[in-house]
Amino acid sequence: MTTDSKTNVFHKKKSLFQYMKQNYMLYLFLAPAIILTIIFKYIPMYGSIIAFKDFSPMKGIWASDWVGLEHFTKFLTSPNFGDIFMNTLKLSVYGLVLGFPVPIILALMLNQVKRASIKKNIQLILYAPNFISVVVITGMLFIFLSPTGPINTILSFFMDNPISFMSDPDAFVSIYILSGIWQGAGWASIIYVAALSNVDPQLHDAATIDGASLLQRVKHIDLPTLKPMMAVLFILSAGGIMGIGFEKAYLMQTAMNIPTSEIIATYVYKVGLQAGDYAYSSAVGLFNSIINVILLVFVNYVVKKLNEGEGLY
Amino acid sequence: MNYSKKDRFLLMINKYVLIIATLIILLPLLYVLLASFLEPNVLLSKGISFNPDDWSVQGYVKILQNEAIIRGFFYSILYSVGFALVTVIVSILAAYPLSVEGFRGTKVIMIFFLITMFFSGGLIPTYLVVKDLGMLNSIWAIILPGAISVWNIILARTYFKAIPKELQEAAKIDGASDLLIFFKIILPLSKPIIFVLALYAFVGQWNSYFDAMIYLEDAKLHPLQLVLRSILIQNEVQPGMIGDQLAMAELKKMSEMIKYSSIILSSLPLIIMYPFFQKYFEKGVMVGSIK
Repeated sequence: MTTDSKTNVFHKKKSLFQYMKQNYMLYLFLAPAIILTIIFKYIPMYGSIIAFKDFSPMKGIWASDWVGLEHFTKFLTSPNFGDIFMNTLKLSVYGLVLGFPVPIILALMLNQVKRASIKKNIQLILYAPNFISVVVITGMLFIFLSPTGPINTILSFFMDNPISFMSDPDAFVSIYILSGIWQGAGWASIIYVAALSNVDPQLHDAATIDGASLLQRVKHIDLPTLKPMMAVLFILSAGGIMGIGFEKAYLMQTAMNIPTSEIIATYVYKVGLQAGDYAYSSAVGLFNSIINVILLVFVNYVVKKLNEGEGLY
Repeated sequence: MNYSKKDRFLLMINKYVLIIATLIILLPLLYVLLASFLEPNVLLSKGISFNPDDWSVQGYVKILQNEAIIRGFFYSILYSVGFALVTVIVSILAAYPLSVEGFRGTKVIMIFFLITMFFSGGLIPTYLVVKDLGMLNSIWAIILPGAISVWNIILARTYFKAIPKELQEAAKIDGASDLLIFFKIILPLSKPIIFVLALYAFVGQWNSYFDAMIYLEDAKLHPLQLVLRSILIQNEVQPGMIGDQLAMAELKKMSEMIKYSSIILSSLPLIIMYPFFQKYFEKGVMVGSIK
């Protein structure tokens, strides 16, 4: 037995080398991707140790002195911490809770449109905003919501004074989330629409013959079809909850709405790249990603419990 | 199918809600399009007008005379095409070996890539690497760091795996090398996935501003989105766009006018591509969902 397995191992090792030699071209194919990944993903991962160092540009990351958790305690005890943390959480939790159901509802509704050409045209329009850049979306928000913009023109029939939405801290979260739904909901519904179009029509026919109403069929046929997808997508978006996009929040910031619009990502950018405090801002960023990983694991656990053992992993 | 009275009522509601949803999407877009063709005076005083006398192409004339916008437009094309090229080449090259049955090391290499989906070095460490490589203020800072995407590799790999194995095996028996198989058999069959990846990469790069903002300090290298940001959001009027002698009100009017036409200009490549490419984008999402 022992000799057998030993020769096996030996045989395998030798043939792995031979295999690689025979198929060296395949390994060469992988080289660019692996090199890029090491340089731009793995080295920065290692570089995150800057968060535990007293970074001095003269010495570089590796030679700078260790300071342990100093930057983390500085962030956690800073007067900004509570606000920034809550702003980030609010933006993403509201975004998830309000934004998650919309594509599902859209897909269920589109599924009831029987004429294929009409359905296609509606989809064509609903998907379009997904291809508009954040700069343009935010620019449009500034145009539409400005005190002299179209929205205030409409509101002027009901109110005396125009509202300057973009400088109102109380309006920031709603504007951020509603414009996000406007832009993304149509595109996010694709995957659900496709799943629904794979449902066997005979199921619906049989249910109708048995006297099921439209709502009953949606509830007992359509929704269960979407359930596995909903679980996966929910875990993924909940896992990214603290990774809320920098790009739009940063553009939407005005001097006036900072109290609600400053989130961890924009803070990291300002402290790190604008003010040049590399180590401290890396610690803030690292803190954020750690929370993300914890959330992903936690949400996956909860969904697994609720969803009869079916989670992401 | 026969519907009860209640069901027919529900379907009617469904129809109207969908119409409203479509209008909510469409109206702001139409507003921008119409506004881009209006005299700024009219827009400021009357709002949208359908009177042909109020129409003008002044906004477009102004942006076409604007150096920053035109330069930004060409840089955007350069960055987007370059980014798409590198992304596609790197992704499909990496995906092919991982799709070959019995390829040694698939598991380890996949884990190596997948880890980057869950952990990242973060903004500052990545910035420092790019800086240390001396890539600040160069096109490479825009193209290389983002070019590697695990998602793209998975998409391409899924596609390659669906190609019938018999073709490759037959070629192998005939003595074809891996290189030959890849270029003569796999690539010609992979046009749709190459198209999808290239489009995703192009659109993503075209619409982004963040990498350019942090890596390109030289404003002369800025892509269109950054130029747009200064016009739309920071409300800066580009120097040279307006003669010094013009009054402040005139300046405001002008900036109002450029806003709409520059939005349309920046969306032009996507508008042209959109109806034609829609099915490919959808296909991309679907391939990804099968995994």
